[in-house]
Amino acid sequence: MCCRGCQAVAQAIAENGLQEYYRHRTAMPSSGHELIPAELSRLALYDHPEIQKSFVIESDQHIKQASLILEGITCAACVWLNERHLQQLPGVKAVQVNYANHRARISWDEREIQLSRILKEIQLLGYNAHPYNALQQEELRRKGRSRDIRRIAVTGLSAAQVMMLAVALYAGAALGMETGTAQLLRYVSLVLTLPVFLYTAVPFYVSAWRAMKSRRLNMDFPVSLAIITAFVGSVWVTLRGEGVVYYDAITMFTLFLLSTRFLERNAREKSVEATENLLKLVPAMSLRLRDGRQEAVAVLDLAVGDIILVKPGEAVAADGEVAAGISSVDEALLTGESRAVPKEIGDAVIAGSINLEGPLEVRVTGTGENTVLAGIVRLLDRAVAEKPRLAQLADQVAGRFTYVLLALTLVVALAWWWHDPDKVLEIALAVLVVTCPCALSIAAPAAFAASGSHLLRQGILLTRGHALETLAKVTHVVFDKTGTLTYGKPKLHQVLPFGGMDTHACMCVAASLEQASEHPLAQSFLERIGKNELHLVTEAQNFPGKGVTGVIDGRRYTLGNRMLSPLTRAQAESAMEVAGGATVVWLCDESRVLAAFELSDELRPDAVALIQELKAQGMGVSILSGDSDAAVRHFAARLGITDYRGAQHPEDKLAALKALQAGGAVVAMVGDGVNDAPVLAGADVSLAMGGGTQVARASSDIVLLSEKLPDIWRALQAGRAAMTVMQQNFAWAAGYNFLALPFAALGYIPPWLAALGMSVSSLVVVLNALRLRQV
Amino acid sequence: MNSILIFLLGLAGFMVIVAGIGIFWAIRSGQFEDMEGPAQRILMDDDDPRIPRRTLRENEK
Repeated sequence: MCCRGCQAVAQAIAENGLQEYYRHRTAMPSSGHELIPAELSRLALYDHPEIQKSFVIESDQHIKQASLILEGITCAACVWLNERHLQQLPGVKAVQVNYANHRARISWDEREIQLSRILKEIQLLGYNAHPYNALQQEELRRKGRSRDIRRIAVTGLSAAQVMMLAVALYAGAALGMETGTAQLLRYVSLVLTLPVFLYTAVPFYVSAWRAMKSRRLNMDFPVSLAIITAFVGSVWVTLRGEGVVYYDAITMFTLFLLSTRFLERNAREKSVEATENLLKLVPAMSLRLRDGRQEAVAVLDLAVGDIILVKPGEAVAADGEVAAGISSVDEALLTGESRAVPKEIGDAVIAGSINLEGPLEVRVTGTGENTVLAGIVRLLDRAVAEKPRLAQLADQVAGRFTYVLLALTLVVALAWWWHDPDKVLEIALAVLVVTCPCALSIAAPAAFAASGSHLLRQGILLTRGHALETLAKVTHVVFDKTGTLTYGKPKLHQVLPFGGMDTHACMCVAASLEQASEHPLAQSFLERIGKNELHLVTEAQNFPGKGVTGVIDGRRYTLGNRMLSPLTRAQAESAMEVAGGATVVWLCDESRVLAAFELSDELRPDAVALIQELKAQGMGVSILSGDSDAAVRHFAARLGITDYRGAQHPEDKLAALKALQAGGAVVAMVGDGVNDAPVLAGADVSLAMGGGTQVARASSDIVLLSEKLPDIWRALQAGRAAMTVMQQNFAWAAGYNFLALPFAALGYIPPWLAALGMSVSSLVVVLNALRLRQV
Repeated sequence: MNSILIFLLGLAGFMVIVAGIGIFWAIRSGQFEDMEGPAQRILMDDDDPRIPRRTLRENEK
């Protein structure tokens, strides 16, 4: 388009359904801009620096990095194909495709290659790429889900009808049925199978075709082959008017496969969603102060140096430092600890934290991709991307198995062609169905599902397929402290009255003063005192970050931590033993200190028992916490843990974890905060507390909804039991397949018996797995 | 014999189509988008007459 005016005209034409204009017009407009195909010019838009601003980050002078959504990723092979193809383009520095969220992280040298070229290459491979944008991703997911459900519904309806007719046909074959009636039933089955063959099974063909184009075979290839062969064969039988039809096998097979894939996809998407939700913690709009006036601007348009106004209760839109105002903010998203952190002029605030008390004016120092929050999300992204090594391995093995299976079928078919051409289709199908790795492929999922539902009833939620497998191998358990070994909420631990008033009276005064405060510590006072014991407070005043003051019965009291002279504080502190990691709050009247309150996080009562149990089993136990060293030391000593580290940033935690893994340990990580998310994703297997943050839950493999620590031990045991059953299942399924194969190849097994054998074999596997419910 | 069979098969086909249209409608109107929410919602007693009526504003949220 030459200008916005033309664009508007074109839009008007399209909106009114007049696209025919473009087909029927006899001459091109004279401008000649149409030389670039529409698609290419659309892609070229992405090279525009203004548009790139929203999704591209400059990691070096000429090196740029972007996240793209890839449409059409169905298996690990697609990931492999895209990565390999893009990597060989000149100027592309790195490509990493995430199988879990279908996102590609690409960095390239803008002097050598343009983003539009990369996008075009991806399209040539048969995939579709868009720059990553949370909204768009959600829309895509919603559409994909609806499509899947539609496919399952159609297949289910068709399968039910076809199975019904198949029973009649089998009975007819055994008891005698008129040829005309049998033919009628066959034709109706054919019509009912058509939607399955032409519509719902299409994803299998597409996936198999894509793999073939890159000269590989995936699991969908034998699936497609079996469906197509069975359908063509059955149509031939139907037209000829005698023989056995396999419409029932086609529909059931498709239904079974579609359902399992749908369930797998659902589970995977849930884990991704929460990562995206983390990005949504940052508001989209903010109030910018310019020349003394407030204006609402999109966060994307904020520039470094702008001043934004953050009202109480709002989330901070960008990283920055306080330019005016005093307040406290809740940085729970980073620390995992819902605690009011006081902020004064000059203090740094981070995007996504919540302003609790007074209005703050913040000078922006980082927006969008440059915020601390975005950094954590990237860390998480990378950890997730590194994960599916197991999935790839399984795919490789399956790929090899597929070759063997197809070669065998071919050999058998050829042998029969030479021996007795009439029976080729029957035998080949029997071999394909008998060797169908159904039992093999549900051997693991069935065990996982049974074990998973058993664990769920006890409040342990598995969110990833590999969780149990890895649990069985765990040799080392790493804990986060706050919210995991402890409750994560400060509790009143000790009250020390300094004469004048008794403990209870002090409590009442303190609780009354705290009524006005939103501070998390305030809750711990109010919990202890009944509502009717509270005094009436007048002239209540809240000093953010310092404390509260108010007048009760004519006397002015203050409660807080910073209003004392250093001398009094030292005196008082020597009078009481302050435990590590505890917060001390002082109650004073106009002249003297009345009492000191020691507030500290409380250890979960079952933590000690769990640690002892783990140690007795010879497992390593460590603590990695973001809390101060002293606090961590205090709790580690009480639990008898010798390996602990405090004051750890998410990066430090991840590094410590990697060090453990490099030492050969299989690590289970237990955590709850956003700061734990990268470590949780990087651990071999991770457990999150149900009360923890959403992101921690999303990036973990197991969520302890019950919040009971002994459940960790229970989960470990369940993992081992599941592994045993899974091995039995694999042995059975493989044994059955190899045993049945020669009989099918020699023609002793008709297709219906092969189908029955396959079902029974699957049933045995499922029943064996159900034993796990009683563990 | 065959005429009644054809009638019944036709009837079955008709019912399949009706069921199919019903499911497609349900998917299109978004009834499958949240599988867990409705199951939880039934436990919320927000139609109890003793609960004070919520204001319009809250309902909109």
